[in-house]
Amino acid sequence: MLGYTIRRILQAIPVFFGTTLLIYFMVFAMPGDPIVALFGDHGVNEAVAEQLRVRYHLDQPFIVQYLIYIGGVFQGDFGTSFSGQPVSEILATTFPVTIRLALLSLLIEMVFGISIGLISGLRKGKLFDASALVVSLILLSLPIFVIAFVAQFVIALKLGWARATVSGGAPWEELILPAFVLATVSVAYIIRLTRASVIETGQQDFVRTAYSKGLSRRRVIGVHILRNSLIPVVTFLAVDFGVLLVGATVTEGIFNVPGVGRTLYQAIIRGEGPTVVSFVTVMVLIYLVVNLVVDLLYAALDPRIRYGK
Amino acid sequence: MKISRIGVGIVALAAATSLVLSGCAGGTSGGGNSEIVSTNGSEPQNPLIPTNTNETGGGKIIDSIFAGLVYYDAAGAPVNEVAESITTDDNQTYTIKLQSGWKFTNGEDVTADSFVNAWQYGALLSNAQLNSYFFDVIEGFSYDEDSELTGLTVVDPLTFTVKLSSPQSDFPLRLGYTAFFPLPQAFFDDPVAFGENPVGNGPYKLAAEGAWQHDVAIDLVTNPDYKGGRKPANGGLKIVFYATEDAAYADLLSDNVDVIDGIPSSALATYKTDLGDRAVDQAAAIFQSFTIPESLEHFSGEEGDLRRQAISMAINRTEITDVIFEGTREPARDFTSPVIDGWSADLPGSEVLDFNAEQAKKLWAEADAIAPWTGSFQIAYNADGGHQAWVDAVTNSIKNTLGIDASGAPYATFKELRTAVTDRTITTAFRTGWQADYPALANFLEPIYQTNAGANDGDYSNPEVDALFQKGNEATSLADANKAFQDAQVILLKELPAVPLWYGAVSGGYSTLVQNVQFGWNSVPLYYQITKAAK
Repeated sequence: MLGYTIRRILQAIPVFFGTTLLIYFMVFAMPGDPIVALFGDHGVNEAVAEQLRVRYHLDQPFIVQYLIYIGGVFQGDFGTSFSGQPVSEILATTFPVTIRLALLSLLIEMVFGISIGLISGLRKGKLFDASALVVSLILLSLPIFVIAFVAQFVIALKLGWARATVSGGAPWEELILPAFVLATVSVAYIIRLTRASVIETGQQDFVRTAYSKGLSRRRVIGVHILRNSLIPVVTFLAVDFGVLLVGATVTEGIFNVPGVGRTLYQAIIRGEGPTVVSFVTVMVLIYLVVNLVVDLLYAALDPRIRYGK
Repeated sequence: MKISRIGVGIVALAAATSLVLSGCAGGTSGGGNSEIVSTNGSEPQNPLIPTNTNETGGGKIIDSIFAGLVYYDAAGAPVNEVAESITTDDNQTYTIKLQSGWKFTNGEDVTADSFVNAWQYGALLSNAQLNSYFFDVIEGFSYDEDSELTGLTVVDPLTFTVKLSSPQSDFPLRLGYTAFFPLPQAFFDDPVAFGENPVGNGPYKLAAEGAWQHDVAIDLVTNPDYKGGRKPANGGLKIVFYATEDAAYADLLSDNVDVIDGIPSSALATYKTDLGDRAVDQAAAIFQSFTIPESLEHFSGEEGDLRRQAISMAINRTEITDVIFEGTREPARDFTSPVIDGWSADLPGSEVLDFNAEQAKKLWAEADAIAPWTGSFQIAYNADGGHQAWVDAVTNSIKNTLGIDASGAPYATFKELRTAVTDRTITTAFRTGWQADYPALANFLEPIYQTNAGANDGDYSNPEVDALFQKGNEATSLADANKAFQDAQVILLKELPAVPLWYGAVSGGYSTLVQNVQFGWNSVPLYYQITKAAK
């Protein structure tokens, strides 16, 4: 187990270099000159623009720019944004907000998705199962910005149950509404996934054995069916956590959450290389860690999976 | 440059069904002047240094925490702020006397040096300040090398003189612009730290070190030492950075934000019903156009003039402003803006801006007689700025009237469009626009249509126009200057270096908690006047 973990961590090193190089190249290859955009509709003052290109190393060839960036990263310097803020500081202020939002969404997804999916699976074909199917299909078919706007309008503006947007410090209670919005689509997936998995597990030999040796229904469902049904769900949740970290741009925009998606979008539009690459790199690292944790969780959930020699 | 990312109809739909928040309950007496007024803004793109701030996000903050020689009142007229007097005999050498007793919020005195040193810094090439070109009229300025502004002379601690390289009648009008604000010694000691925690002499100051929470908000409180005409009637200002106009509007409807200066396109049709008396719709110093560069095939010489006129007359501006902008834009009558002194709706030749299908076809046919039309007509725009709707409407109008192939040519981002325009690789017409930095006709004309001017993206050049600009600059009265700039526009209306479309407008609104909301000539609310009732 320990050996497996160490091997996985070592594998992360080439992935780190590969992704930073790739992302840096993509930012570099993006059309348009960010320095020109700084001047707005006004004419570009070429001499000043040249000075700025030198300051941000934009006059250097690609590989030199990349090495300067990577060299800085190893000294803890992720570069600065055009507004003069160290990128490390931007990372430190935005990631906690988005991670909290993502965790809240995951919690909502797990509570609603797994419980509804479990009941649906156990009562296959009954009224509850049918209604859960209809609701989840509706949720799946709605684009997230529709859900977000409607939720904002009805819950915040009409009913006044929540703030329409998230204020500066992004306190937990203000994140609940956006977290629900973010969770909706995934909840629907998890319901479908859990239901299918529960039905399949329910037909396994070890479940029949458990029943026949006289275990209580409660124990069979809790220990044997649910636990073994969770593997695909856990995989999905892990992937979804990554998606929540990077893909919340629309929801963060509508609720004005000062998180990763919003900031990254702005940085891409402005062509701020160091900011974009640093954000994506941190995301890749989070992805790697989450996937490692998931793989280790498999072993805990299913005794048939074992790592090591 | 405002970016609106998500244009969605759903809110308009939902909002249309109901939601009529009643107007201010009235009689909110005892509006304490200690309440903090909140407003919308956007994350400044550059450090908060006056000579390096050229966009509205940072400009709103800088204008609140600094006091210049003059400020602009609601109508755009300059009023002395730190200046005691600004005098000149020849429009070329100006003597500027300062009032005594002004202080920066760190205790330093505001002296002639505070201005001269700030301008020297802003103009110096190696400091790479985005506003450096504002100093190019001062003697000694160089675009190519580090060069001292020899035209600036400190006479005594409260007096300095400015010698310009050529007469500029509107120079005093420019002095309220961000680039000309003073800087304390603390800035020169550590410019980087200053950009994060600026120290000014304006009506407001930063609430504390670190009041600028990046991408979130900035907190300002009143500056008790401020002694100019913009004395705040409230306790402070919180500028909240919104990612979308939709989010800001949702906050306004729930009284979470007090004043906003933008309405999302999804709510343009309904915001006046939603807000009632609290809706604001006011002309702005913004001019929208598209430019057909001289270098395009079929658009040079006499053929080019005919084709530009035909295209201009083929656009139904009234219908487009009504349908696309819900009547919040006004069809253009010239190359400037109605909020500027000297604007005129009926310059000779302005009928080229009227929709006239017959005349358009006739002119187009005359051009075809010189050289037959080939290819298609396209207008390039940046897709991240909400321009697609009007570009499609304009090109459709041209297509239907002239019977030629016309369409929009989207660039993904503003950055890409500007790069293609700047390095002259663009092979189509492209959208152009101008938001005035200071309220003068010249500011809409010289930077764009003068030969080799900085924003002359279409490479237009006409010695007659240049001469009229110079005449305007040398004029000794504002009326004479305005006359010269109007005469220049008469020529521009014939040659259409840019095809005028419409004037921008500011659409905004305010919450039930505030009163005395007025928007300035530059579409930014006059925050210092706003009073707010205690919650």
